[in-house]
Amino acid sequence: MNTHSLTGGFENASHASANAFRVALDVMARPGKIAEITGGTPPAPMSSAAGTLLLTLCDPATPVWLAPSLSGSDIADWLRFHTGAPVVENRHAAMFAVGAWAELLPISDFAIGTPEYPDRSATLIVEMETLEPSGAILRGPGIKSTAALGLPALTEFQNNAALFPLGLDFFLTAGSQIAALPRTTKLEG
Amino acid sequence: MNTEYNFAYLDEQTKRMIRRALLKGVAIPGYQVPFASREMPMPYGWGTGGVQVTAACLVPDDILKVIDQGADDTTNAVSIRKFFEKTGGVKVTEETAKATVIQTRHRIPEAALTEGQILVYQVPIPEPLRFLEPSEVETRKMHALEEYGLMHVKLYEDIARHGHIATSYAYPVKIEGRYVMDPSPIPKFDNPKMEMAALQLFGAGREQRIYALPPYTQVVSLDFEDYPFEKGGAQQACGLCAAEDAYLDEVIMDDAGTRMFVCSDTDYCRVRREAGHIGEMGVPLAEDAA
Repeated sequence: MNTHSLTGGFENASHASANAFRVALDVMARPGKIAEITGGTPPAPMSSAAGTLLLTLCDPATPVWLAPSLSGSDIADWLRFHTGAPVVENRHAAMFAVGAWAELLPISDFAIGTPEYPDRSATLIVEMETLEPSGAILRGPGIKSTAALGLPALTEFQNNAALFPLGLDFFLTAGSQIAALPRTTKLEG
Repeated sequence: MNTEYNFAYLDEQTKRMIRRALLKGVAIPGYQVPFASREMPMPYGWGTGGVQVTAACLVPDDILKVIDQGADDTTNAVSIRKFFEKTGGVKVTEETAKATVIQTRHRIPEAALTEGQILVYQVPIPEPLRFLEPSEVETRKMHALEEYGLMHVKLYEDIARHGHIATSYAYPVKIEGRYVMDPSPIPKFDNPKMEMAALQLFGAGREQRIYALPPYTQVVSLDFEDYPFEKGGAQQACGLCAAEDAYLDEVIMDDAGTRMFVCSDTDYCRVRREAGHIGEMGVPLAEDAA
């Protein structure tokens, strides 16, 4: 284990996680909104936004799947040390998955919940180059009329929305920025 | 602030579990997410669900308002406000417009809420179908299959028996055309306000359920074409502030049966009285204080 894995957690866990969660809740409730989320410093190449989100939400009860580009580095050790979350190979068993869009495909591998318990579905954290408030047009709960967000794909997200109430929920992260796309959001190109 | 408690009372692992449930709740509006509700230092029925949701959402910079049936000064509201002052060190207020988080028992404030605010409801029975079907296994299946005929039968029986839909609080709503949801025991007068700019979170402590409504989510009160939903409410104006658009409480004044109708939302009434509105039985605010 490298010493990188031991640093980069929250300075003050209760305050930092409260502030980070509030940002995550806000963007999930307002799809397309881009916000700053800070507090955690994961080893490269993971973005600080994705790292902060994992520190806020993960613990021994949440299996995490890391994309090959992330799992080879100190990130798995960092995650295990700070959160105790099990890092899993089986994509269907993961509650959270982190990686670039190409690595997360096919997203149909991840759990979408059951008709009785649609909440038992994975949350995908998509690492992006940048987050842009332009691109796909978003409509749905949390959006007054329409919002716009640059997305790595369209069809997969549209197919996911068609599964409602089942489906995956997404956070998009770049640097210290975060946005979200819940399964309720309808998309147009 | 008492530093012997973790920030906002709950331990971090519990907050993470509640936070994950809240995010799924927001992603599936109107669906009840099970969560492992904790024992709180107050009895069930005093808002343990709402308190846990508030504790999981609260940040140190928040300004908290707590209302019980619209009032800031009742035992339940005062206790919960003090609880978070003590364990979270957050600022508190009675002014709706200044609050960032509002925990409520059975009312929605009269003043329109804004984008930056979160409204947390205390919920006793989260399952709208519970009094029609006691089995959780069955109600879960009914939600999964979108089988809500029973709820319409209940409303129809209201009409058959009373000539109108007699359900006046906890009036069932349908969210985005999918889930039928219990809006908690708010008067049906408040139902139209649920399509709002603020985020709404619902916590049921004893029943261990969390659900949510993102801003601008479609909320439709169930009804029939020939018996459309009516929000009801008192016919007269508030006795103190003359508000005609507010939900009123009936107060018996003496043994002779004199009664007075006053705003249930105490902050709304105070703001109106400060602005110089005087009801039939009211006096200017300055004289009242003297």
